[in-house]
Amino acid sequence: MATRTDFGPPYFRDMLPPVIQKNYGQWKYHERIKPGLLVHVAESGDRLWTVRVGSPRLVSTDWIREVCDIADQFCDGHLRFTSRHNVEFLVSDEAKVEPLIAYLQEHGYPVGGTGHAITNPVHTQGWIHCHTPATDASGIVKAVMDELYEYFVDWKLPAYCRVSLACCLNMCGAVHCSDVAILGIHRKPPVINHDVVRAKCEIPNVIAACPTGAIRPDPKTKSLIVNEEKCMYCGNCYTMCPGMPLADPVGDGVSIWVGGKVSSARTPPKFSRLVIPYLPNNPPRWPETTAAVKNIIETWAKHARKHERMGEWIDRIGWERFFTLAGIEFKPQLIDDFTLAPETYRSTPTFKW
Amino acid sequence: MADSETPLLDELEEGPWPSFVKEMKRAAEKNEAAKDLLRQLERSYVDKVGHWKHGGIVGVKGYGGGVIGRYSDLPEEFPAVAEFHTMRVNMPSGWFYNTKKLRELCDVWDKHGSGLTNMHGATGDIILLGTSTDHLQPCFDDLAEIGFDLGGSGSDMRTPSCCVGPGRCEWACIDTLELLYDLTMTYQDQLHRPMFPYKSKMKISGCPNDCVAAVPRSDIAIVGTWRDKIRIDPVEVANYANDGLDIVQEVVMLCPTRCMTWDGKTKTLTIEDAECNRCMHCINLMPKALRPGVERGATILVGGKAPIVHGALLSWVIVPFMKIEPPYTELKELLDKIWEWWDENGKMRERLGELINRLGMRNFLKAVGLPAVPQMVKAPRANPYYFWDPEEVK
Ligand code: HEM
Ligand code: HEM
Ligand code: HEM
Ligand code: SF4
Ligand code: SF4
Ligand code: SF4
Ligand code: SF4
Repeated sequence: MATRTDFGPPYFRDMLPPVIQKNYGQWKYHERIKPGLLVHVAESGDRLWTVRVGSPRLVSTDWIREVCDIADQFCDGHLRFTSRHNVEFLVSDEAKVEPLIAYLQEHGYPVGGTGHAITNPVHTQGWIHCHTPATDASGIVKAVMDELYEYFVDWKLPAYCRVSLACCLNMCGAVHCSDVAILGIHRKPPVINHDVVRAKCEIPNVIAACPTGAIRPDPKTKSLIVNEEKCMYCGNCYTMCPGMPLADPVGDGVSIWVGGKVSSARTPPKFSRLVIPYLPNNPPRWPETTAAVKNIIETWAKHARKHERMGEWIDRIGWERFFTLAGIEFKPQLIDDFTLAPETYRSTPTFKW
Repeated sequence: MADSETPLLDELEEGPWPSFVKEMKRAAEKNEAAKDLLRQLERSYVDKVGHWKHGGIVGVKGYGGGVIGRYSDLPEEFPAVAEFHTMRVNMPSGWFYNTKKLRELCDVWDKHGSGLTNMHGATGDIILLGTSTDHLQPCFDDLAEIGFDLGGSGSDMRTPSCCVGPGRCEWACIDTLELLYDLTMTYQDQLHRPMFPYKSKMKISGCPNDCVAAVPRSDIAIVGTWRDKIRIDPVEVANYANDGLDIVQEVVMLCPTRCMTWDGKTKTLTIEDAECNRCMHCINLMPKALRPGVERGATILVGGKAPIVHGALLSWVIVPFMKIEPPYTELKELLDKIWEWWDENGKMRERLGELINRLGMRNFLKAVGLPAVPQMVKAPRANPYYFWDPEEVK
């Protein structure tokens, strides 16, 4: 049998519950009834309830089957996932909404993540499955969300809050535009194993892979030299060549970035900005990192006006004020000196003390 | 009871947030690779470094992407994860499922892999986490049997994604779900066979709320918008005010263009629509009272990318408004031209945004045949270093 290819994903329309099939594109408005519960009302008057729960993203097939059982019991077998790893149960029968929520809460599913809350952190693979991580992903997210749980299941914040994590600066995950981003960083250049380089690596490809031109050939050793002052610890060379590992238990750790946003509501999308350049990897619960994230979020929640996202609040009060309110020391690494740096320098003597 | 082999990870079974360690342990009960994954992860928690390496390229017949090769760097200690490859499986539009499909997927994955997954990966695919080289092809064949194809990886079009759109959102200005399916099917070759200088990502959001982060996270972002007036239901506006929404403080004052006025006596909201920039704030706050207009289409933005190499970029507007209706000819012609220009001019590992930066936006616009319009810029240039085509100096 010839292998079938290029047939694409399952057609989404076959997955839609009848109420969506009927009211596709004909939704009129929605209401946020309580944390984790939305109702959408169609022009026809039909209603669709959505119950949202957080997932750990890394799940077993047993978990998927369990979620399917719940969807069979309460939603005629229909559910969806969100772009941030939440599960949404799609309920067309009002009588099943409260029993579903009760069932979920009883079985340890966090119901929430809607409205002025923290939603599920987007995160990456970390030590579970990637080769360039500077930290773990699932473990920090678990530790942070245990601390921030109340902000997921309740509405206690001035606005949305998106927390994200990427375990290296390749950043596969939308963390660079998050209210709070946790980013794994390396702080040491690769350590070259010349034997492995000679045996396994295409030297020109390794040189070409370095974005800062830090690598050059070493005719003496028939291997490579890294100009350590130029290296920005990106790990591209390790991807090309197993002889250049840069993971290091002392060098590696976590950085914290704040104030980004994706949506264009009120203000355009913004990048997150570095506020803590380094915290140590301290598994299994990364106490320094969880404390820092919690402090930043609670400082914002205390001082921001209603509807003000982290970055909008900081734009209003000024970064210098953010550092005093959050009690975070301003470190020299926070001053940009990469390609587009001067855009972040101040050119007016109007600022706060 | 024997001492646990994973004391550090065990601590992450505690606490209110759902535990990935519990999930790994459930899978480990049935599967050796999941068990070794757990043990290797515990080792990483002790050593504070990862234990994976790149290895040979692996894949399935006929495809150049969709599988990420992954090898333990401690294969003697953790033999069941010596090979532990990821398969990226293309999800349905909007991540909608019925339980029958999901159960079929679980059955295939229990048969061929670790039983661990990400629902979903950061790009949007279903991530099937961990199988050996000899299971890749049989696993793919069984996936094909139940109608699941692979997604992208490497220098190809990555699996595109979209927001829930008309499936459940009254603000969707375009049919994100149908458009995504159509583009995914049209560009199967680009998705499955790496042919570009580097990865190319496409994401579709139905309105400027951008629920799938198209602007920051994709080379080509398609974001729904409208050209006429916000639809107002005056009775519902008054209801919001009566129910305690502070229209002045929470809506009018936060409108970025200050194009709204509120008459507190008559409880009337007026919008000067020509000045509205369609940021969605007021609509987000009063979904029952305000709705996007009816002349709908999309804004196309390009160039977003992560920092790797010269710094990160957010996508830039190149088409302020395009009608998005099947068969999407205008959009597809534009996509083809963009990819062609990038393919011709891009260096290895140069994303579209970096190429535009290197060769210039004016060059890019000329190559793809788009007119310069003020909607493309926050402000015109502030330096006098601009060049003339001899054609223009006559
Ligand atoms: C706070 C530190 C940052 C973190 C943790 C971070 C993380 C990430 C992650 C995880 C992605 C994933 C993309 C995907 O899944 O498709 C991403 C993409 C991206 N990041 Fe960041 N980022 C950071 C800083 C920045 C900065 C400073 C910029 C720009 C100045 C930036 C611009 C981008 C852009 C444009 C993308 C597009 C995604 C793509 O290429 O597909 N990021 N970032
Ligand atoms: C030198 C550059 C890069 C290398 C070597 C690299 C490598 C990888 C690898 C090996 C994985 C698979 C992880 C796994 O499942 O084991 C991965 C995942 C991913 N990468 Fe990259 N990557 C690079 C740059 C980027 C950039 C610049 C972005 C986007 C801004 C990106 C986005 C992603 C995404 C979205 C995933 C999926 C992660 C997930 O599902 O959680 N990568 N990358
Ligand atoms: C080739 C490019 C440029 C040339 C040839 C040029 C030339 C000049 C000259 C001859 C002066 C007057 C100096 C004097 O008072 O004796 C001047 C002043 C100035 N230029 Fe430029 N300039 C250039 C680009 C720029 C750019 C790109 C900027 C800013 C974006 C700029 C900002 C200024 C300012 C602020 C002054 C001072 C004006 C004042 O004191 O009133 N110039 N420039
Ligand atoms: S962020 Fe970096 S280390 Fe983490 S999964 Fe992505 S590429 Fe790998
Ligand atoms: S880690 Fe990155 S910057 Fe450093 S030498 Fe390797 S490729 Fe170059
Ligand atoms: S991007 Fe807009 S249309 Fe799409 S789901 Fe979000 S709010 Fe709705
Ligand atoms: S959409 Fe934004 S700019 Fe337009 S009226 Fe509403 S708040 Fe103002």
